[in-house]
Amino acid sequence: MGSNLMKKIFAKKLGREVKVEEIIYIEPDLVMTHDHQGPMTIREFENIGADSLWNPDKVIFVMDHRTPSQTLVAVENHQKLRKFAKKYGVTKFFDVGEGVCHDLVAEKALVRPEMVYIATDSHTVTEGALGLFATGVGSSEMASIFATGRVWLKIPETIKVTLKGTLQKGVYGKDIALRLLEIIKTGGADYKVLEFGGPGASSVSVASRMSLCNMCLEMGAKTAIFPVDNVTVEYYKEKGVGVQELYPDEDGEYISEIIVDLDQLEPLIAFPFSPDNVRSVSQLGDDVYELNQSVIGTCTGARYEDLKVAADILKGRQVKSGTRMLIVPATKDLMLRCTQEGIIETFLKAGAMVNVPCCGPCGAYGMGVVAEDESTITTGSRNFVARMGAPGAHIYLSNAATAAASAIEGKLTDPRKYL
Amino acid sequence: MNKSLNGKVFKFGDDIDTGQIIPGKYVVLTDPDELASHVFEDIAPEFKSKVELGDIIVAGKNFGTGSSREHAPKAIKFSGISAVIAKSFARIFYRNAINIGLFAITLPQVDEFKENDQITINLNEGKVINHTQGKEYEFELPHKVMLDIFAEGGIIPFTKKELNLK
Ligand code: SF4
Repeated sequence: MGSNLMKKIFAKKLGREVKVEEIIYIEPDLVMTHDHQGPMTIREFENIGADSLWNPDKVIFVMDHRTPSQTLVAVENHQKLRKFAKKYGVTKFFDVGEGVCHDLVAEKALVRPEMVYIATDSHTVTEGALGLFATGVGSSEMASIFATGRVWLKIPETIKVTLKGTLQKGVYGKDIALRLLEIIKTGGADYKVLEFGGPGASSVSVASRMSLCNMCLEMGAKTAIFPVDNVTVEYYKEKGVGVQELYPDEDGEYISEIIVDLDQLEPLIAFPFSPDNVRSVSQLGDDVYELNQSVIGTCTGARYEDLKVAADILKGRQVKSGTRMLIVPATKDLMLRCTQEGIIETFLKAGAMVNVPCCGPCGAYGMGVVAEDESTITTGSRNFVARMGAPGAHIYLSNAATAAASAIEGKLTDPRKYL
Repeated sequence: MNKSLNGKVFKFGDDIDTGQIIPGKYVVLTDPDELASHVFEDIAPEFKSKVELGDIIVAGKNFGTGSSREHAPKAIKFSGISAVIAKSFARIFYRNAINIGLFAITLPQVDEFKENDQITINLNEGKVINHTQGKEYEFELPHKVMLDIFAEGGIIPFTKKELNLK
């Protein structure tokens, strides 16, 4: 039996074949923590009592969750992390305002195909979009990696997801993720790898692949992974980086296969309070789902393609009075590009607010929280109870086009009529 | 490992996410006792006053889904809970739990447990005994790599020992 993508990556690194269920010890190529899990990580690192990091060049710090520093505790945590980074020689330090961790490591081409990337964030799986093995751990485990340069992993089983057809207008990676959630449900890929491929993959951009891999975590996946194909090679080429294509063997090892027909896929929305509570925009019916807020932000829908389509929809139109619209570009460089291209101007003229790159309202950290009995649509990845504010607040998850169209009408809206 | 955990049961449902265990606003805290003082604040405010040292949580599927915050298992452990039994766990929560010294086991029959049942988890034999219901269950012990970490009290003491640090 041949190898799937994950097995190929580990086999190259270890110089031998790996078997499902086997425990391996491995030195990560890169690790990351942020201002949310970082304070606990450095506290535990100090509890270990090691006097140096195993390799400061392989460590990334990102200040993105509680930024711009909203409270005294938050700013003190930022201070502690800056001090720690200085003391232990961490130079890959992205300070307040630079952007969201999962977007930054890709944008700066820090993560590369075939790497093993471990970070203290559940959505680390996002990076699998670029053909690497990326997964999350907790703070104590990261503290241990800081000290030893080693992590143990159990080789998981892999589910193959075959994409057929072509992504249609108004449909994005977010919708593929929601479709999968509808099929296998939260926890449906517990401890497993979701490997993407098939003839439809070439119609899915890196931005969309990232949102898709990101949400595989909501299915319980240990990671998600795309082959390194033409789309990936082009992505790195634009950054001046050459990478090798990487595909699974034809007879790779999979426990099951899911086929998603992109031709048939419509914009989807996850209703409260679970990402797998999915409905299609064309099935909204006569019920009116009024919105107090619309958010385009987070690591699951605030990249260039998202902001661009939102601006195309909002151009010359107005956000409905009574609905607040908040836009948080994923990184500073992206915000600059959008400023230069007039995209930010379009948002402001349409009546939206634009915020500094950060996690934004994703986890109710400070900005854009919603009250009891309010409802919000968001391009984020989670609509759990109280995720964005009051426990009773209704959260709808969608792609950026749907969030923009819904802001114009003040209710859940099919974006395709604006495209 | 010769160890048994004893306590009364607290029942929780399916898909209890880390934000329900410890709300996001408290993730700025790093002190485990402070975290414990806010455990389950939104969904079970009475939990804190009822929990006694050694008690055991019995929950449904996908326990600990959501963020990677180990603040969640820490808040549970430092409230006095010794173990969580669930139908299934979100991967990072499970790993975090063992890494910080909170025992976690998967058991399909969790629906047979009732709130306040007195139970014992025998780590040596891989058995859960429900004294109130008069039933016994076998469970699969965590992988050796995790048991070794748990036996040292978590990954921090484990790493200390590995690196010969005091
Ligand atoms: S944007 Fe949301 S999901 Fe993404 S890293 Fe930040 S808090 Fe996590």
